[in-house]
Amino acid sequence: MIAVVDYHKGNLKSVERGLIAAGGDAFVTDDAAAIARADAVVLPGVGAFADASATMRDLGQMEAVRDRIAAGAPFLGICLGMHLLFEEGTEGAPDEDDETSTHNAPGLAVLPGVVAAMPRTDAEGRAYKVPHVGWNTLAPPAYPAEGSVSGALPASVGSGGAVDLHQASSARAGQPCGLSVRAGLPERLEVDGPPAVQVDFNCPLFAGIPAGEYFYFTHSYIAPSGPFVVAETAHSVTFPCAVQYRDTAFGVQFHPEKSSDAGAAVLRNFVSIVKGA
Amino acid sequence: MLAKRVIPCMDVKDGRVVKGVNFVNLRDAGDPIELAQRYDEERADEVIFLDITATSDDRATTVDLASRASEQLHLPYCVGGGFRSVADIRTMIAAGADKVSVNSAAVANPDLITQAAAAFGTQAILVAVDAKQVAGNPNKWEVYTHGGRTATGIDAVAWAAEAARRGAGEILLTSMDRDGSRDGFDCALTRAVARTVNIPVIASGGVGKLEHFAQGVIEGEADAVLAASVFHFGELTVRQVKEHMRAQGIPVRL
Repeated sequence: MIAVVDYHKGNLKSVERGLIAAGGDAFVTDDAAAIARADAVVLPGVGAFADASATMRDLGQMEAVRDRIAAGAPFLGICLGMHLLFEEGTEGAPDEDDETSTHNAPGLAVLPGVVAAMPRTDAEGRAYKVPHVGWNTLAPPAYPAEGSVSGALPASVGSGGAVDLHQASSARAGQPCGLSVRAGLPERLEVDGPPAVQVDFNCPLFAGIPAGEYFYFTHSYIAPSGPFVVAETAHSVTFPCAVQYRDTAFGVQFHPEKSSDAGAAVLRNFVSIVKGA
Repeated sequence: MLAKRVIPCMDVKDGRVVKGVNFVNLRDAGDPIELAQRYDEERADEVIFLDITATSDDRATTVDLASRASEQLHLPYCVGGGFRSVADIRTMIAAGADKVSVNSAAVANPDLITQAAAAFGTQAILVAVDAKQVAGNPNKWEVYTHGGRTATGIDAVAWAAEAARRGAGEILLTSMDRDGSRDGFDCALTRAVARTVNIPVIASGGVGKLEHFAQGVIEGEADAVLAASVFHFGELTVRQVKEHMRAQGIPVRL
């Protein structure tokens, strides 16, 4: 069973139906116990980071989802659901516009860094249109990316060595991460052994999908970059549009459930991962 | 690169597509869902259901349509028409609509945009602006409300800018002068708005032939182009339109 996590911010029917059409045994639930028993978890993307984070904590979903990911259950985060994989988010947080604020909302902290608003200008200082709405393509990450929105992370992937997400996180945020204390959550997931991060397009979620395929995006916030990035998208700035943690946890910035045939193919790939797990 | 979008718009009354649909090979040409699925197959980027009913009884039908669409469509869709309050919008979003468009109610109460964007995110709120050129002034357009019946005295470009400032995620810009004319988009109007706001602009009103779509993007600098009857009557397919746009060097999803 694939649990589609309902954190009470919107309609999840299209995600549920998309997974069922892809052959998955999906059901929508807000019950932490049901999530804890699920074979796989999908965290959809509706609402704002801080709202979703608060509801997930109140309902005990945050720990349930983290535990499933830590246990190796297949996970797919969509849009905000991908953002919630990270340590913190500024969207909807108190003092959001104050860049020095330490009141960001806590995420699952599976991946390091802070989800923040798209920069107002591109690398040349030109304004561009936000939200990023419409159909866009994916490309393998040019990592470490020149002029990417957050190029501060150490580029240790590709060397075959383990990536210290802790260290990467601190480098990104420029400050120690006291998040797990603030959030009242258990310590962040430890990376044991070499992570299954793939820096090319060779991610099972995109099996059989050509690099030029279009997917539907609608967002104003973006994930930080790092060795966990599987694919990037460009809209004046370049940002992560797919991330991976170990072999089974994925996040996508686009909406596969709204991306017609290409999105259906991604959902089928995820269901295949679930069935093979 | 972000593709320019092509958006078929359907006028819906009592849950049925009106203004005549002349599609062959549809079991039920008046069913908005079936028509939207047909457009999905043709690579439409999203669809808009414009509710042209007024009474609250009929609104329930439209909520039901949004609910069915969320189960049966695999592309984004927007529902427009008749929203007066955040509560109205909440009902439609809860039914599964990806976006709603607001028009007259936002002009009467601009705070509706602010509140709706705060509640549902800017990406969920389209502000529809119906604009008519001011007589004798080719670079000035006035906002009309209530389906084009009521002049407001408000400058269309300034209003679009305010809507964007208040949290609109997109502007759906219709030229009242061109709507139904088949003379093409008002590219001067579209360009004036597109250069003023930092959110996407959907050009609407006036499409009659293939070339008009590319003109809306190239001359009007629109991020998306909308049409209704040329698609519904089967004069042009979405795919034909996109192939033509691509031949003009416009990035489209095909």
